[in-house]
Amino acid sequence: MRLPGVGAGLGRGLVGLYLSVIVLLPLAAVVNQSMEGGLGAFWDAVTSPQAVASLKLTVICSLIVVVINAIFGTIIAWILVRDNFPGKAAVNAVIDLPFALPTIVASLTLLALYGSDSPFGVDIAFTRAAVVVALLFVTLPFVVRAVQPLLLEMDREMEAAAASLGAGGFTIFRRIIFPNLLPGLAAGVALAFARALGEYGSVLLFAGGLPDTQVSSVFIRSQIESGNDLGASAVSVVLLVASLVLLASVTLIQRWGSRHERSSGGGLTAMPISGDVLTEDKPKERDDE
Amino acid sequence: MGITVEGANKRFGDFQALKDVSISVPDGSLTALLGPSGSGKSTLLRAIAGLEDLDSGRVVINDEDATAKPPQRRGVGFVFQHYAAFKHMTVFENVGFGLKIRKWKKPEISDRVHELLRLVQLDGLAGRFPSQLSGGQRQRMALARALAVQPQVLLLDEPFGALDAKVRKDLRTWLRHLHEEMHVTTIFVTHDQEEAMDVAEQLVVMNNGQVEQSGTANELYEQPANEFVMSFVGEVNRLGDDFVRPHDMDVVLDPDEHTQEGLVQRIVALGFEIRVEFVLGDGTEVWAQLTRGELQRLELREGQIAYLRPSQAKSFNGPPPSDPQGASTPPGPDDGGDAEVSAAV
Amino acid sequence: MNNSTASRWGLRTLGLGYLALLLLAPLVLIFFKTFEDGLAPPIDAITSPDGLHALKLTLLMVAVSVPINTIFGVGCALLLVRHRWKGNPVIDAIINLPFAISPIVIGLSLFLLYGTDGWFGPTLADAGIKILFSVPGMILASIFVSLPFVVRETVPVLQEIGTDQEQAATTLGANARQTFLRITLPAIRWGVAYGVVLTTARVLGEFGAVTIVSGSINGQTQTLPLFVEKQYANFNQAGAYGASLVLALLALATLLAMNLLKRKEA
Repeated sequence: MRLPGVGAGLGRGLVGLYLSVIVLLPLAAVVNQSMEGGLGAFWDAVTSPQAVASLKLTVICSLIVVVINAIFGTIIAWILVRDNFPGKAAVNAVIDLPFALPTIVASLTLLALYGSDSPFGVDIAFTRAAVVVALLFVTLPFVVRAVQPLLLEMDREMEAAAASLGAGGFTIFRRIIFPNLLPGLAAGVALAFARALGEYGSVLLFAGGLPDTQVSSVFIRSQIESGNDLGASAVSVVLLVASLVLLASVTLIQRWGSRHERSSGGGLTAMPISGDVLTEDKPKERDDE
Repeated sequence: MGITVEGANKRFGDFQALKDVSISVPDGSLTALLGPSGSGKSTLLRAIAGLEDLDSGRVVINDEDATAKPPQRRGVGFVFQHYAAFKHMTVFENVGFGLKIRKWKKPEISDRVHELLRLVQLDGLAGRFPSQLSGGQRQRMALARALAVQPQVLLLDEPFGALDAKVRKDLRTWLRHLHEEMHVTTIFVTHDQEEAMDVAEQLVVMNNGQVEQSGTANELYEQPANEFVMSFVGEVNRLGDDFVRPHDMDVVLDPDEHTQEGLVQRIVALGFEIRVEFVLGDGTEVWAQLTRGELQRLELREGQIAYLRPSQAKSFNGPPPSDPQGASTPPGPDDGGDAEVSAAV
Repeated sequence: MNNSTASRWGLRTLGLGYLALLLLAPLVLIFFKTFEDGLAPPIDAITSPDGLHALKLTLLMVAVSVPINTIFGVGCALLLVRHRWKGNPVIDAIINLPFAISPIVIGLSLFLLYGTDGWFGPTLADAGIKILFSVPGMILASIFVSLPFVVRETVPVLQEIGTDQEQAATTLGANARQTFLRITLPAIRWGVAYGVVLTTARVLGEFGAVTIVSGSINGQTQTLPLFVEKQYANFNQAGAYGASLVLALLALATLLAMNLLKRKEA
């Protein structure tokens, strides 16, 4: 449905107002607060030993997590598309569990599973390993859901053609399959990275806020509670900038990924960040074809 | 009465889809808008329906200026190339949609819908969803839907474009019969000249956003206004400045002052019709259409020399060309071919 | 066993084993842990006044945030897809922000805006309106975190259905409202519904942003996820697991709904 000209203008005004009140103004307040004491104070807050330690821990854990995600996410997407086994539909459905399960519940159960009461005898609670496991849990769907549709759409005859030209299994994967999955994989990894950088709930009970396991979001919370708004805001701005960079990179990746006219978006089920609105809304040539 | 478009211009960004187009379609006629992709024919049709606003120009439907009217109030029935079936509604609900909007009573809607479904031969399928129909059935449903509201004019945008050859042919005949029965002013868009000539009483040939010529199928074939029309409505060979239809290409074995020498390159038998391909001395490739009997009488063989004599030729010398192909306008009864033609159909 | 079956079984074991340890085991464990000491303790905790209040407040969050974001989402998707405008990419980018921003940062942003020293805090306080540490602030946080879902699910469906059906309705006499209600909305309903399910799941489970703006006051500003944390902090395992089980069941219902809708859409 097209709105009449005036309607579209009014609609844009309302959308702009809504986004300003809900999203932009609050974020502006954070940036404003972080600059309260000038650039110097901002820099001091960001470079305080505790802040640096939390940022370092967050980034390192997130990097480890996305590497594991890239590998296992691709394997899981692969078996969901190319393999056949009983219960596949159920497995496919359960992939989205981390999107549906509240993070605090995840944290609680991971603590029970891999804490001092572990039925497997694995106790990693309140260690950096716990941070990694918690982040692995919440970011699991991203790569799977980004790679799966690309794998599904992929023309199997490309592989047959490569095989007929003498390529072996590994060569086919490396030269044919992997390059086609790469845009989805990259977008999934970037989204998972963004999510991992900001994660709070799942880490809270399982890894706790010990000096050793304090990720940035937990650090920000502790700063708020101790009334240090500047410290909280400064680190928040760092995370905010990282989010913006990652979102922009996802858009760029998708534009790059659709250069072979593959359907864009990769169908990131629950988190499709789409640049498609930008590219597909050209004036339609209304004639014929 | 009928439909008149005057001085229509439409631009999409850098692309000029319509350049000062004027046509007039008589009341009750069946007219084809014929042209290649990007010629502006669909844009013109959509402008008549009000689905596209003109940058300038006028649309008059049955003596009423419709230019500023929204599509809802133009009284047009529009059939889309890809059917535009309402996927979440049954065939019955699709056809009855316009009546429901007009707040008809249920029993009346039911009567009218069933009457139309009988007309388009879909009566047994009223409860099906569009996804359960074949392409031809979907298109007939779309037609019934457009006819249900008793439009003053019926507009069809490449109505058979998405169908396979056999179904196309059937629907073509069927549309002609339907028009004879209903007598509603009908315009349909097509890029297929055979289809246009088969179905329509009048044709409007468009190219590059302009009307090249309009007239009956016979007029266009016999008196094409320019090279574009000539080559678009039939096969054509070019001999110097002359344009010759392959069936006007006589093949003889003895030369005289009117013949040109050619090497028989290939002989293709297409059933009754034989296609003989020649290369002339200057390298031009032309072909002649012969009957089986003529070929046997001439005893042509690939690789031999024969002589060509056009029995009828056209040349388009005169005012500067009106289209990029370089075709130009001959003095003709229609005085067509001019860029700003007012194509009286 | 030849090479390819071996690698197939290898991949299968690796992938499914990973999922079992990371996803399935926690899910199963919630059930065991909840009823470790019998049925009574978790049920008592959930039916305690604080537990019931948390449940009610969580449902209130959903009842307010989801309709608002649904109406905004559908309207915004229509604008983005059907009306070309040079500002669309900017709107698009802003809508994606909540996906990438830490819930804690979202909580902090509202805390700063509506706090006693914030831009709006003093003015609203003078007018007797309390946003922070009360329900309105929690609703704002819920709306913020769940803002993108309906837009993101609706945009591709709108692009896919195109404008043919809407134009057909127009030529048949339907006005803008009729076209929207009878043609557009039914055509995009499963996509919108999918977005609604995701929005609901996100609001139900939101913890980080709400925890900052609510103050997590027992029986007043405590949603179920906050209740879980409080119960755990107070060493009431049964209460924490009981509430977790409720949330886990809601998550499973979400997954079920997602699957049904995906099948409808196809």
